Amino acid sequence: MATTDVGLHEAAGRDERVPVVNNMSIQVATVNGSGSQSSNTVLLRSIFQMGVPVSGKNLFPSNIAGLPTWYTIRANKDGYVARKKEIDFLIAMNVETARDDVMSLDPGAAVLYDEPLNLRSLRDDLIFYSVPYDKLVATVCPEAKLRKLVKNMIYVGVLAKLLDIEMGEVEKALRKQFAKKVKAANLNFAAAQAGYDYAVATLTKQDPYRIERMSKNQGKIIIDGNSASALGCVFAGCTVLSWYPITPSSSLAESMIEYLKRFRIGPDGKATFAVVQAEDELAAIGMVIGAGWAGARAMTTTSGPGISLMSEFAGLSYYAEIPAVVWDIQRVGPSTGLPTRTSQADILSTAFLSHGDTKHIMLFPSSPHECFEIAMDAFNLAEQFQTIVFVMSDLDLGMNNWMSDPFPYPEKPIERGKVLVKADLDKLGTFSRYKDVDGDGIGYRTLPGTQHPAAAYFTRGSGHNANANYSEKPEDYEKNMERLQRKFDHARSIVPAPIIETASNAEIGIIAFGSSHWALTESRDQLRDEHKLATDYLRIRAYPFANEISDFVRSHKRVYVVEQNRDAQMLSLLKLDLDNDLVPKLRSVAKLDGLPLDARSVTDEIVAMEVK
Amino acid sequence: MATTPAAPKTNRLGLAVLDYRGSKTTLCAGCGHNAISERIIDAMYEMGVQPERVAKLSGIGCSSKSPAYFMSRAHSFNSVHGRMPSVATGAVLANRSLMALGVSGDGDTASIGIGQFIHLMRRNLPIIYIIEDNGVYGLTKGQFSATADLGSTLKSGIANELPPIDTCELAISLGATFVGRSFSGDKRQLHSMLKAAIAHKGTVLLDVISPCVTFNDHEGSTKSYKYAKDHEEPLQDINFIPSFENIEVEYDAGTTVEVTMHDGSRLRLRKLEEDYDPTNKIQAITRLNQAKEREELLTGVLYVNTTAPTFLDMLNTADEPLATLPASVVRPGREVLEQVMEELR
Repeated sequence: MATTDVGLHEAAGRDERVPVVNNMSIQVATVNGSGSQSSNTVLLRSIFQMGVPVSGKNLFPSNIAGLPTWYTIRANKDGYVARKKEIDFLIAMNVETARDDVMSLDPGAAVLYDEPLNLRSLRDDLIFYSVPYDKLVATVCPEAKLRKLVKNMIYVGVLAKLLDIEMGEVEKALRKQFAKKVKAANLNFAAAQAGYDYAVATLTKQDPYRIERMSKNQGKIIIDGNSASALGCVFAGCTVLSWYPITPSSSLAESMIEYLKRFRIGPDGKATFAVVQAEDELAAIGMVIGAGWAGARAMTTTSGPGISLMSEFAGLSYYAEIPAVVWDIQRVGPSTGLPTRTSQADILSTAFLSHGDTKHIMLFPSSPHECFEIAMDAFNLAEQFQTIVFVMSDLDLGMNNWMSDPFPYPEKPIERGKVLVKADLDKLGTFSRYKDVDGDGIGYRTLPGTQHPAAAYFTRGSGHNANANYSEKPEDYEKNMERLQRKFDHARSIVPAPIIETASNAEIGIIAFGSSHWALTESRDQLRDEHKLATDYLRIRAYPFANEISDFVRSHKRVYVVEQNRDAQMLSLLKLDLDNDLVPKLRSVAKLDGLPLDARSVTDEIVAMEVK
Repeated sequence: MATTPAAPKTNRLGLAVLDYRGSKTTLCAGCGHNAISERIIDAMYEMGVQPERVAKLSGIGCSSKSPAYFMSRAHSFNSVHGRMPSVATGAVLANRSLMALGVSGDGDTASIGIGQFIHLMRRNLPIIYIIEDNGVYGLTKGQFSATADLGSTLKSGIANELPPIDTCELAISLGATFVGRSFSGDKRQLHSMLKAAIAHKGTVLLDVISPCVTFNDHEGSTKSYKYAKDHEEPLQDINFIPSFENIEVEYDAGTTVEVTMHDGSRLRLRKLEEDYDPTNKIQAITRLNQAKEREELLTGVLYVNTTAPTFLDMLNTADEPLATLPASVVRPGREVLEQVMEELR
């Protein structure tokens, strides 16, 4: 039995008599490979099914089994889904980290721990509940070797009781999780029930946290960004996927393979796609470029180290003008860095990837919904502009579960760009591959296999003229590079426009992108409610920068650029693009510790700079 | 044996040799690569391959420039050093109706490109992969490549101290299904081998010794014209009978191996060596190693397998080119998206 004296609660400012409803963050500390992922997903889904906005962040090691891992679930009635730094409820399952986990809590937080860990003595300003997991699991799971996997489901039941999560929803979530594995579902539910029963019989509620049914999630789905991206690529008509396994992008390719096998087999039983697990990232991008050259919608997915390896091919795509789509699910570098942690630190290296004068279109999705939609944009842009397009996702967006509105069916047509077919050549007689016929910098191409004697041209990464002939002439080189610049500038008005949210009379502007969006949404409310700072907000969705971005900076006194890297990479890119008089307005909130961005950190930094 | 009839002015498609020509070569006069380009032109012309159906792919180097010098009516892609295999793979995946012709060099293949080369050979992708093999880097002025023989010398007299990579041996052991070695100076053999390559379905690897007249044709080089002529040991006398030439000629089954190709063409290999069986992988590899010990330039069809599934068979790719499948085929319907959304609720 847990005992806590009442005076302590008052000191901690979290009186149990004032319930905290639908506003908490729960952290499960465990070891990886222990099957806790199922339990955490069930917990997340149970809260989701009760109509309470919820998010889950998996903080895992680069390891298969035995190292510490933390899963944070945040339930928030106002819909804030960014990571929250403060933990309200700790579920301590890992003997290795339990001490540190407990010591880092704010006073008044609750701890649910495995009885033998005996954590109660560590602090006297927390609420402790203990559970004899091994004893409980033995009663529901006679098979000793399965106990390790089932044990974690017990805390789901205990928590359901303590937080008022309905067991009916736990069972529903659990049956969804285990799908057709009825035996496993039954066993796991018995474990959850045992936890629930134990809590009913033994634990006295002392913490103020409660989940209460709401109706905020009607029709919503739960999906991770990588699955959403994969689905988007399937609906964008991607036909060739070549990839090399790398965390955190592998799950994009893997879910795409599943979707392709389900939905893209023709009536004749044959695949309307080709997937190759390449020998490395060089080959992965090489295949994409070969396929793009031959007219397929081709893509690869990777992370920072893969991007580095693809550098040479990126330049070829830019200069020889070949469509390609690359997903960069960013993780922490440099080098191997923190391979299982999130970042937005590939911005500059990707913008100019390769040697010589190169620059590339980049797209920045901020939600699974946008991952899905931006997939259509990525393929359309790659083919319209005959160039490589990078989609800059990240580990937080890609691998964590997010609530989302269901994705509407894509209404945008599949744009194949300027491709001349036999009938066109019959009319034209001839064509010049790299001639700027329309003044937008984009030439017309033909696909290999076009049955016309004038269809062929020679594609090369070496100097060439408008007719695709080899040329080292200074004027040919210059003209070609100027055209490529024109093409890139033309993209400004075609790429996804920024999203602007305004407050009234705000003199402060904030610019952010990608997964930082969720911390920003919350931070802007904090700035407004706690510091009376009204802010306007522009979310960048693409590079090259649309003109609205420059207008936004111009119309604000100070503009904070928020990003998840050390070197203020997006701010640097903006500096290169904006008029000189606008540059002094930019202020950097650049932060990277590998964890998803939280609102408080952003708020604190902006406030500190505002005070100065 | 049939004597080859005089070539008609046009082939079975009604095209003239001129329709298979390319731009004027910019390689050195006497370069082996030019002879190979000529053989490709003749073979494609005689086999009646529609030039627009061919996709020429190459890496970087003297050899990789050569696709500009034949078949201008075919699309061509001079890509990245050592990475032609991946580019070619992508192109074939995108459009399986293309006939991929990869041209590479020994540096492009066996040094910088060995990784992609090896993995290409494993997949049995339908492609003709020609290595124009001269043992040196020509375009950077005569450094050794990884196919240079042990003890072979540069013009400066420096001897190669590392053992060569045998691309044919690798190709055979890894899964290529038509592997041959030839010599750019052996016009007749290379010609027949190329025609058989065109008829083959799967990965063809032809390593063609192609002397570099500028940097590696001296005394002491094992990739010179003289050395190749003096040391060539042909395994067979090769005769290729295309499917569309209805010639019936008796042959002695004791001395000649006949291989029926996918399109019905027949490859007749009159054995110059007793008991050499080109369908026997292990024997092929053993014989290549013997040749190395004996300092022979072993040429001919080293290995052929006409029954192995290709990469496209393995992937079960649609019959129509993926590149041009209509939106109605590649974008699933509304009910599919609704089904997925329901599963995620």
